[in-house]
Amino acid sequence: MKRRTNAVALVTALGVVGLTACGSGGGESDAEKKDVTLVTHQSFEVSRDVLKEFERESGYRVKVLRAGDAGAAVNQAVLSKGRPQGDVFFGVDNAMLSKALDEGVFAPHKTKGLHKVPDELRLDAGQNRVTPIDTGDVCVNFDRSYFRDKDIEPPSTLDDLVKPEYKDLLVVQNAATSSPGLSFLLATVGKYGEDGWQSYWKKLRSNGVAMVDGWEQAYNDRFTGSASGREKGDRPLVVSYASSPPAEVHYSEGKAPKEGPTGVAEGTCFRQIEFAGLLEGAGNTEGGKALLDFLLTEEFQEDLPLNMFVRPVHEDAELPEVFTRYGVEIDEPHNVAPERIAENRDRWVKQWTSLLK
Amino acid sequence: MDKSAQVATARSAPPDTTRPDGLPGSPERGTPRRALRRTRRDLSVRLGLMALPVAFFGLFFGYPVATIVGRGLREDGRWQLARAAEVVTSPDTVQVLWFTLWQAAASTALTLAIALPGAYVFARFDFPGKRLLRAVVTVPFVLPTVVVGSAFLGLLGRGGLLDDHFGVRLDTGVWAILLAHVFFNYAVVVRTVGGLWGQLDPRQEEAARVLGASRFAAWRRVTLPALAPAVAAGALMVFLFTFTSFGVIQILGGARYATLEVEIYRQTAQLLDLPTAAVLSLLQFAAVGGLLAVHAWTVRRREGALRLVDERHAARRPSGAGQWALLASQLVVIAVLLVGPLLVLVERSLAAPGGYGLDFYRALNAPVDAASTFVVPPLAAVGNSLSYAAVATLIAVTVGTLAAAALTHRAGPLVRGFDALLMLPLGVSAVTVGFGFLITLDEPPLDLRASWILVPLAQALVGVPFVVRTMLPVLRAVDDRLREAAAVLGASPLRAWREVDFPLVRRAMLVAAGFAFAVSLGEFGATVFIARADEPTLPVAVERLLGRAGELNYGQAMALSTILMLVCAVTLLALERVRTNRSGEF
Amino acid sequence: MAALRVESATVRFGDRTVLDDVDVGVEEQETVCVLGPSGSGKSTLLRAVAGLREPDSGRVLLDGADQRGVPVHRRGLGLMFQDHQLFPQRDVGGNVAFGLRMHGVSKQRAAARVAELLEMVGLPGAEHRAIASLSGGEQQRVALARALAPQPRLLMLDEPLGQLDRSLRERLALELQQLFAELGTTVLAVTHDQSEAFALADRVLVMREGRIAQSGTPLEVWQRPASAFVARFLGFDNVVRATVAEGVARTPWGPIALPGTPAGEGALLVRPTGVRLRAAGKLACRVRARTFRGDHVALLLAPERGPELQASCALREAPRPGEAVSVDLDPAEAVWLGADEELHPREGARWEDGDRREDGDRPDEGDRPGS
Repeated sequence: MKRRTNAVALVTALGVVGLTACGSGGGESDAEKKDVTLVTHQSFEVSRDVLKEFERESGYRVKVLRAGDAGAAVNQAVLSKGRPQGDVFFGVDNAMLSKALDEGVFAPHKTKGLHKVPDELRLDAGQNRVTPIDTGDVCVNFDRSYFRDKDIEPPSTLDDLVKPEYKDLLVVQNAATSSPGLSFLLATVGKYGEDGWQSYWKKLRSNGVAMVDGWEQAYNDRFTGSASGREKGDRPLVVSYASSPPAEVHYSEGKAPKEGPTGVAEGTCFRQIEFAGLLEGAGNTEGGKALLDFLLTEEFQEDLPLNMFVRPVHEDAELPEVFTRYGVEIDEPHNVAPERIAENRDRWVKQWTSLLK
Repeated sequence: MDKSAQVATARSAPPDTTRPDGLPGSPERGTPRRALRRTRRDLSVRLGLMALPVAFFGLFFGYPVATIVGRGLREDGRWQLARAAEVVTSPDTVQVLWFTLWQAAASTALTLAIALPGAYVFARFDFPGKRLLRAVVTVPFVLPTVVVGSAFLGLLGRGGLLDDHFGVRLDTGVWAILLAHVFFNYAVVVRTVGGLWGQLDPRQEEAARVLGASRFAAWRRVTLPALAPAVAAGALMVFLFTFTSFGVIQILGGARYATLEVEIYRQTAQLLDLPTAAVLSLLQFAAVGGLLAVHAWTVRRREGALRLVDERHAARRPSGAGQWALLASQLVVIAVLLVGPLLVLVERSLAAPGGYGLDFYRALNAPVDAASTFVVPPLAAVGNSLSYAAVATLIAVTVGTLAAAALTHRAGPLVRGFDALLMLPLGVSAVTVGFGFLITLDEPPLDLRASWILVPLAQALVGVPFVVRTMLPVLRAVDDRLREAAAVLGASPLRAWREVDFPLVRRAMLVAAGFAFAVSLGEFGATVFIARADEPTLPVAVERLLGRAGELNYGQAMALSTILMLVCAVTLLALERVRTNRSGEF
Repeated sequence: MAALRVESATVRFGDRTVLDDVDVGVEEQETVCVLGPSGSGKSTLLRAVAGLREPDSGRVLLDGADQRGVPVHRRGLGLMFQDHQLFPQRDVGGNVAFGLRMHGVSKQRAAARVAELLEMVGLPGAEHRAIASLSGGEQQRVALARALAPQPRLLMLDEPLGQLDRSLRERLALELQQLFAELGTTVLAVTHDQSEAFALADRVLVMREGRIAQSGTPLEVWQRPASAFVARFLGFDNVVRATVAEGVARTPWGPIALPGTPAGEGALLVRPTGVRLRAAGKLACRVRARTFRGDHVALLLAPERGPELQASCALREAPRPGEAVSVDLDPAEAVWLGADEELHPREGARWEDGDRREDGDRPDEGDRPGS
């Protein structure tokens, strides 16, 4: 009999938990507020009160749908074009931009505040189908203490990385599956051009570059500069973000150090620009436009850095202290035009893969 | 009426009537006699039972997957066969297929080599902590690969235990993949083979020894043949799981190694090259379909008459140096290969900057940037995970139970096909299902794309095979005449199921429910590909934390993983308490 | 009106006809026993009546109402399965009360009825015993109580005493007969054991290959088997081919007077008791074997001509194996079995394995899963 009681209890518990889920997840819109839905990737974050403020001012309720990483999210938007999952899409970067624009995923909207964005970031200035929201530079990070102990200058350019003193020090990500991995490949394409990048990678390989699948393994497990890799890591150079050093300080316990444990090789960077746009066929166009405008407000722009560890595009947006103190601004990142990326990306990745095998 | 008038008469020629459902076969030759007795009413009951599972799989599996594959194969309303042929014959595809096949074969062989002694130990030996250990070895099976990959590297990789003490590093090359597959699938073999092994009557082996067979000969001649179908079934499950391996290959294989599953993910999610993805999906489908056919065949053979005893009576304390050595060696393997990585996880979650402590666990509750949506209170994540898993389990158990009830009576190829269909979701990539959902469930009344229900639905797709496989052997073991006895006593078919079948399968159902629960608790793929409102589950929260630089994030990820592990382990331990005597296939 | 009438029922499994145009009737409060070897279709007959197997043609009427389309659970029958099929997860009380619960009887009334029934079958107070703890005989009694509990209009018994040892079987058969008489239960039983059938039944139907071979009271059947098959099935082996002319049957053992029997060829039975040991009998034999049967001795004799003969004699006059004896055949113990029967020696003889493979109502052993 006792067994049966247990069984009944378990089934009941399942039911209750299930119903709770229905209750919490299935909340339909209360008729007064209209929903505006933001479709984005997994890494989108925002401060709750900033979002609340927008909701209060605009009268809309924001629903955030996250799906996969940046690439998967964009491709889902492409697949569902004309019958979009929401009103605004955030998170298409310059590597994916051409495809999204060619497929006609976005409807034009001249976002308020666009004039405060530097021209070189406005890649669709003619038609305004997408609005730049933030930038993030993918750069080689270095472990300060390693180079201090060894008394070597840390590298600062792509050329440096193939020098003998940096042999067996760098770990990169798989360009086929990892976003920073692809960006770093693009940086080398931007720097050495169609003819030169492969021979550069050959040299990099002879110089003992290590390759892992994702940023997590590279940064957390292999990089000696990260807190988790300090003891077990073996590579003092890693492909990561220009914002990683501030993050490393931000997410450490104790007093603010004079200098972050890691630094950035400023000549190794590729700039990812993230765009947002109004989805073609959106159910709530007005709300979508309002939401897009909000993404370029100073409030949101200043909220960006500590939520997604990216830099705002708004000229007047102020950076938090941890960025100004421990981060650097990259003046001349390497560049590849979105159309070229769209056209050649698959081939480059395939060639790169066979080079590194 | 006069009694003599009722004398029955025998006439020579049978009247010329034909059976409405004229089923073939003769009861003389041991053909499925039950099938012969099926009347139309039974058939309609069976169809009724199958209606919901068929609708469920049709709507949430067949339709989305077929649509996304179809979209890849057709362009402008024409079949792109030339393109398909090009993909199939390209050296890249051949290479991926080859790697997928051989690593699965090698992983399966290695898993069997390591886990079969383990199956024996769990089946035949009694030792303290056996239940706990059996739950522990199952934990890896349901843990998300993101987490495990990291822990696994920590043990076998550079600077890990092996490296420190023996200078052996296994994180490079294919060995890491194979060992990780052993790590994940050890429990599959222990449960499939050990479940049967524990119930084989040891007296048969003893009889062989009395007749003069050596211990090994007795094992080879008596036990192995009885066990062979279970071994084959277990091997095929492992093969299936490793054939469709995704996370392990991604984390440990880098750019050098890709399975079909990884390639499908890349082509679909990253490149949106649907034609290539479609062809690769079909290749995988064909391979998995073939595997399932072989599996179904071995399972059918396995269900032959065996002399089974209660497991508790078959297990003994080990005796003699040889048995103790075997037990000890298995415990070492389990400690190094299975428990080790799990402990690494726990260790890391406790390794706070100022020495061991609960700092990271505290940080989960008092995060640095509490205002951000980035922060998921751990209790909320646990709650989300439990809610999703509960709904997924309810769906999986409902659909799976109906399907199992419909499949209880064996029948023709149609029903067997249905049986195989239930297994297919195990062999189809989450990204295919996720993207399929996106382009099919986009119209009212089925515009579910933004609905929270999609996540449990997708998880239930994976859970149903477990439910069916666990319940079916038990249901099939229920003597049909018990149901008839209930019917004659006045129980309607539904009532008879409730009164007769349900009490007998209740424990199997609980075990199945627990498995479905644990699987969906650790499920990551579908959860990630399906857009959903802001309710991250434990694995998703772990992934988010891992994806950001900083010591606190990493430590919190480890702490959350440990919590996830504990939730899994507790679920499985609870299951051990209600484990059926007659184990299912898992 | 008859409690049960089966009219021209035919059941086929594939191309095998298991029940071939069978007519059966059972009156109120009558006990009818269907007797037949394994595979003769008797269990199928029960299943057809219960509704577990719709007949392919023919009708089943209960109290005059055609049962076609009436599902099993609405027929109001009782069926006691060959191997009881007690619900293993319920205790004795739970099993007996099952049918009452299905019919919506209140808990209290059910409990009272269960106690009463257990008392009746000789297991008072056994309500809370586990099924696994019961002996075969006790299981039988519980199965009976369970079948009787909802007061079925017709109780069907499938090999009711089949699995019990001999002494228990005989005692239970008597008890059952008394019980059914007391309760006024209408009973249709099937068995392969003629002693069981004769002990229980008001009327016996002998079945062969899906057809009814003979029907009558136990005495009628015993005294005048209708065919060589029935005779052999009842255990009589002294059956030979004979030719009758002018009231005398010519057999390999010599002539036997059968006045009034029409001329022709056919089969003849001489009961063992009709094989008389005589000091100077007409037929010389040698004793092949002898078996003590308690109150008499069964002899197997090899006559100088014709097939082997079974004889029975008193204990004290029993000859030893190998001895030469002579016998006379008593015409009063001879039965003319008619002409339409082929003679297969030992056909339908004995089924000591308990009629296990009957009519496909056993679950296929191959269906049992391996774990």
